[in-house]
Amino acid sequence: MDQTSPATALSHQHVTFPDGLQLDCGFHLAPVDVAYRTYGALSPARDNAILVCHALTGDQYVADPHPLTGKPGWWGRMVGPGLPIDTDRFFVICVNVLGGCMGTTGPRSLRVCDDGTEEPWGTDFPAITIRDMVRAQHLLVEHMGIERLLAVVGGSMGGMQVLEWCATYPDQVFAAMPIATSPFHSAQNIAFNEVSRQAIFADPQWHGGRYWECNEIPARGLAVARMMAHITYLSEAALTRKFGRRVRTTPGRGAVGAPGALFGEMFEVESYLRHQGSTFVRRFDANSYLTITRAMDYFDLGAEHDGDMSRPFRGTPTRFCIISFSSDWLFPTSQARLLARALNQVAANVSFVEIDSDKGHDAFLLDEPDFDRTIRGFLCGAAEHAGID
Amino acid sequence: MRLDQRLIAGMIRPRTRVLDVGSGDGALLDYLFRNSGCDARGIEIDMREVTRSVAHGLPVMHGDADHDLVHYPDNAFDYVVLQRTLQAVERPREVLRQMLRIGRYAIVSFPNFGHWRLRMQLLLRGRMPMTSVWSTPWYDTPNIHPCTILDFLTLCRDEGYVVQQWMAVDEDGERAPWRRSIRLANLFGEQALFLLRRKDAPR
Repeated sequence: MDQTSPATALSHQHVTFPDGLQLDCGFHLAPVDVAYRTYGALSPARDNAILVCHALTGDQYVADPHPLTGKPGWWGRMVGPGLPIDTDRFFVICVNVLGGCMGTTGPRSLRVCDDGTEEPWGTDFPAITIRDMVRAQHLLVEHMGIERLLAVVGGSMGGMQVLEWCATYPDQVFAAMPIATSPFHSAQNIAFNEVSRQAIFADPQWHGGRYWECNEIPARGLAVARMMAHITYLSEAALTRKFGRRVRTTPGRGAVGAPGALFGEMFEVESYLRHQGSTFVRRFDANSYLTITRAMDYFDLGAEHDGDMSRPFRGTPTRFCIISFSSDWLFPTSQARLLARALNQVAANVSFVEIDSDKGHDAFLLDEPDFDRTIRGFLCGAAEHAGID
Repeated sequence: MRLDQRLIAGMIRPRTRVLDVGSGDGALLDYLFRNSGCDARGIEIDMREVTRSVAHGLPVMHGDADHDLVHYPDNAFDYVVLQRTLQAVERPREVLRQMLRIGRYAIVSFPNFGHWRLRMQLLLRGRMPMTSVWSTPWYDTPNIHPCTILDFLTLCRDEGYVVQQWMAVDEDGERAPWRRSIRLANLFGEQALFLLRRKDAPR
């Protein structure tokens, strides 16, 4: 079986910036491709743009079918005509992050080697930060002639990008919605990322990161990484509700496997995680996973300010709406509250809502009516204050 | 909007920065934004009210007077409002200090425990008073720091706050505000409303 990902052959809507980007690590990356999708129409005054930032394994296909899996967009229930992020009213942009694998420059992009040949960056792709991702998005936003975004919205790692937008380009963000996120990546979250990475490194098909040379991908390692990470996106209550202790049965055969065998039966939760793992490796690049998880680990708003998380926001004109979920233990409400208080310290305009949900971190992608109402209301309020419509 | 909220709104100059601590359904915030052009924000302890307010486009954060005022910088607001909550906070004196640290003015309303009906009930029945304003039994009440209008004035004097304006109002808002004798207000006012400023703060 040819295990190279079909993603390499896809083409995505993108803009190439020949001058590239100066990265936080000091490396100058050029050229840079920025792949994106847009929804709705930009107003003549170019004042109705909302940037949606995706999470670790998301992409720019926020509200239309994924070109690889054919599945609906990852936030199709939130972004669209008449939906909380209303494309009848707003111009929505979603950008594949720098380091990603859906058209924006990343480890799978080709570079020119010293001998003039081309090969993928692989693990030689420079270490990037969340701020570098935001800089790449900023190139595209300026390219579109948009001077100020009405709002920047994102959950999880997308929320980190929202915060970096506000810290780096304060005058270009009218309103910001950091959702299910934190002002820094915690030790626990770095620890989870490290287990994911070690799973990839331990796969014999990893080949030191040059797996394309063998026409293979570290599918098992990447799948285990995804399985482990997926547990952190849920909650005990959600797992119990969805699967309980139920054992999977195959029609006509009863329980899977031979009776009495140690792994003769499979719990439904195991089967679910394996499915999550195996579908993930078909659409995501292992080196991208490593690059992006590392960028998350480096994220710390207070790092350049002696730990003072409020300093990047001093004098901020942005209206913030921080949202957390009661059962999210990966980015818990306590961390969102730290962010809210840091913003209070600079007297920023802050709304802060904890949505009651038992669905864990993933709740921001799922059906939560209070969450929908909050997003819709905050954006309408922001539009009113910005003098739109 | 309730009568006391209308009176509070009347104390606030247009186009000022206002923090409403205990903003409830956000009625005052909405009024101040739409009618006075204020930059009005809220803090509310009840998450359902927070969600409802934000869903109406109002800037409200989940929090409370005891724990969240301390995070704001000095003079961040022109007015800090505390409606009907002073008697329910953990440390009323500290909350007032924080209000007048982060705001130039504090607007405080609270139910008056010196009202004649309460005095009568305690005197004649010998039991904790129960009225429409003080409607929860002693073992259930969130109102852990009740005070009278005179008590509050004493605290203001001790802390060096200037009473810029005061008035007594009744609970339902059927009668006009009472602003004459403070001793009579302490007997007949169901609710008190104060506009305070620091002694050193400019008018």
